[in-house]
Amino acid sequence: MTIADLKQSSPDSKLPRVNWAKIEEAENFAKTVKLYRQGKIDKDNFRRFRLQHGAYGTRMTDDYAMVRIKIPAGEIYPAQLEKISQLSETFSIGSAHVSTRQNIQLHWVVLEDVSEIMRGLTEVGLTSREACGNTVRNVMCSPLAGVCDNEKFDSTPYAIATAKFLLRNPLNQNLPRKFKFNFTCCEKHGMARIADVGLIPETRELEGKTQRGFKIFLGGGLGNKSFVGHQLEDFTSDEDLLYTSIAVLRIFDRMGNRKNMARNRMRYLVDEMGWDKFQNLVLKERAIVRATQSVIVKLEVDDTPNEIKRPISVSGTDGKQTPDGYSRWYKTTTFKQKQDGFRSVFVTLEAGDITSNQLRSLAQICRDFSAEGFARNGFNQEIVLRWVAEDDLPRLYSRLLEGGLANSGSLTMASPIGCSGTTSCNLALTNSHRLAKEIQRKFLELKYDEDEELRDASIKISGCPNSCGQHEIATIGFYGGGGRLGKDMYPNYVMSLGGRSDGDAMLGANCMRVPVKRVMPVIFKIIEIFKKNKKSVDTLSSWINRIVKGNEDSEIKSVNDLKKILSPLVVPPTKAEDEDFYQDYGTDTSYHTITGKGECAA
Amino acid sequence: MHITIDADSLRSEIRDKSVRVIDVRKEEEYKKSHIPSSVNLPLANLLSDDSPEKVLKLIQSLGIDDETHVIVYDDTFGALASRVAWTLQYLGHEDVSLLDMTYGQWTSLGLESDQKIPSYESKTHSINLHPEIMATADYLEKEKEKENVILLDNRERLNFLEQHIPGAINIPYRTLGAPDRILKPKTEIKRLLENRGIKSNGEIITYCGSVGTLSGLAYYALKSVNLPNVKLYVRSFKEWKDLKKPIQKQEHATYWDLSAE
Ligand code: SF4
Repeated sequence: MTIADLKQSSPDSKLPRVNWAKIEEAENFAKTVKLYRQGKIDKDNFRRFRLQHGAYGTRMTDDYAMVRIKIPAGEIYPAQLEKISQLSETFSIGSAHVSTRQNIQLHWVVLEDVSEIMRGLTEVGLTSREACGNTVRNVMCSPLAGVCDNEKFDSTPYAIATAKFLLRNPLNQNLPRKFKFNFTCCEKHGMARIADVGLIPETRELEGKTQRGFKIFLGGGLGNKSFVGHQLEDFTSDEDLLYTSIAVLRIFDRMGNRKNMARNRMRYLVDEMGWDKFQNLVLKERAIVRATQSVIVKLEVDDTPNEIKRPISVSGTDGKQTPDGYSRWYKTTTFKQKQDGFRSVFVTLEAGDITSNQLRSLAQICRDFSAEGFARNGFNQEIVLRWVAEDDLPRLYSRLLEGGLANSGSLTMASPIGCSGTTSCNLALTNSHRLAKEIQRKFLELKYDEDEELRDASIKISGCPNSCGQHEIATIGFYGGGGRLGKDMYPNYVMSLGGRSDGDAMLGANCMRVPVKRVMPVIFKIIEIFKKNKKSVDTLSSWINRIVKGNEDSEIKSVNDLKKILSPLVVPPTKAEDEDFYQDYGTDTSYHTITGKGECAA
Repeated sequence: MHITIDADSLRSEIRDKSVRVIDVRKEEEYKKSHIPSSVNLPLANLLSDDSPEKVLKLIQSLGIDDETHVIVYDDTFGALASRVAWTLQYLGHEDVSLLDMTYGQWTSLGLESDQKIPSYESKTHSINLHPEIMATADYLEKEKEKENVILLDNRERLNFLEQHIPGAINIPYRTLGAPDRILKPKTEIKRLLENRGIKSNGEIITYCGSVGTLSGLAYYALKSVNLPNVKLYVRSFKEWKDLKKPIQKQEHATYWDLSAE
């Protein structure tokens, strides 16, 4: 099937530039599920197969799966949004989830229906292949690539070409563990230092010509143990991008730890071997790849620029008054592009969840307002509409308002990340997903999204010590666990402070344990202490940064000082005094921990 | 008998005056506009007393006799229409079909509508009940334990996870519908059932939340691919709960919090 064969739901829809789908895989999946149910394939083999095809297990059951739809480089087209809307309504829970790695996930799908979803996806050129399992996962690209003021060039075509080269490539079908590529636009946006391979566009002058290339970071990543990536060399030319990628994958494939589940990500290999040795190995391997393969394999980088055509149907104003809340929304969800007169709009979701109706209206809004004709998934569980003309923003806001999509705060601390937690994940100890929503609602109620001093701080929550919620790179991060008073258990988070993923990437410092029902009081207390002690130019993030590094000179000099002030807030009451304290969000029964077998993380 | 009829065939049958078209929407909606020549039988009127005698009176007053070809439509993805069609079939009326689209889709295609309220002479209809297409709570409770009996819950996924009749499997009504038709094409329904391991030789009982509408649609979806033995548990989960019969829940997960509703 070629792109021209793809069904088009609306004549004014832009067609995706790559068809990632393969219909045979849907058929094969259906067949394999049958064999598995008949006992002709054993559990382990089936699990490997299922993950390879992007279907992930679901909490405490073998009957349901989560389908993770890859959105390479985050580029998602209106017809694709509509198809996912229909599939979520038909086979899932009527909502879909936008993940932190630009995937879209459909939860609680009957295992036997997964193949039908795959079939539907092929109609719009999407796939879930290699979205889970020990493969190269969705290749990410900054949602601002192409519109960011600080970027050297648009890295999107390189991200797409890399994804194209690797999808279904035997090179990455059976790695020791999952493997992640993150392309970014600049140092500030994106997460180059916390991926197996992170890439930032860079240029250099060579014999009077400007040459494109990347700063490549290797061996970073979040997890039970997290690492910040090492830069391979000053400059890696774009020609060497593919050879470097192949070299790194081959080394990992050959030498990665296949025995110890807990230490099989590439970062452990780098850690064990030492960076110098690993770096050497990569450079040597790359020389071999270059020498033997350079005539055969090349990245197909399609960098014909996107057609930018402002949809005429909506230009200008319609004479109606701009609805209330517009300026707050404008300030906290839109980003000024380097192209004059255009902005990118980060549509605020709650922990990445969006209803099928909202997906459908977003598709039409995208057609009506985005001059590039498609949307991008962001890094923070949101969907980004780019290339919206400044003049069209009030009308766009009204349209989002109609669809219940006009919440403010997506670009601020008021949009916490929450992994799926107990809503679906086998390993979860707490309902991190709901906690993120609760915090968001409270923050918006208090208008904290409008507080400039809080804006560049972040809250991220994982439901267990694994890091799907990326808590280590949050200004205030949490991961879930259980606490105990006598024989009574309660949900208890570990709070870390000062994490960040930009050029000064560092992982948060553990501060203390905070029971779930005290998480919000503790956050508010931190903000209160900050307001009291900050310097005039401070933001919450810069202030916490100083504390974590021991450079602060006010009464709070260290994480320990902060802990002392916060400690009284986290003392557990007895069950008789406060029963609610012993219940997690989303349940009305007393807390106990229960987990199944993990598939995503060690 | 055809389970569904397409717009084109219905239009020519209306021209030939060879059908009775029933609009099951609310009276005020019907009054605003409806498919020409159609009569109004709001589902609520029918459900207020769906004893055979009462239903008989109702349809006789709409000019329906044993031979009339009846077509039913609604504006709620075919679920309400299905419930009415099923009631007629249960009573013994053989020749009843569903319009394959909703009234909304009909009008969005630019097809004709009307405000005229027709009146037809009363007819006589016989009663010949078909208990083999109905399930009661007691019947279901015994029957579902059998090997080749499948109990199908047609409510939405989250409602199903929250509580359902023990042993039921879940095919939400939306799974059986298409964006532009009340039912998916037969090949797709067949494939779906086959994937789910639902064999054509067994007995299938469908149910939904309260009055058998969503499960009525499922009933016809299954009939459309010629499954011989399908029954509707017409009082559905509401009665089941009122009777305090056992209920099953998907435990240890907070799935509701994934919904953005
Ligand atoms: S962080 Fe833990 S709870 Fe959250 S999705 Fe990952 S494994 Fe599950």
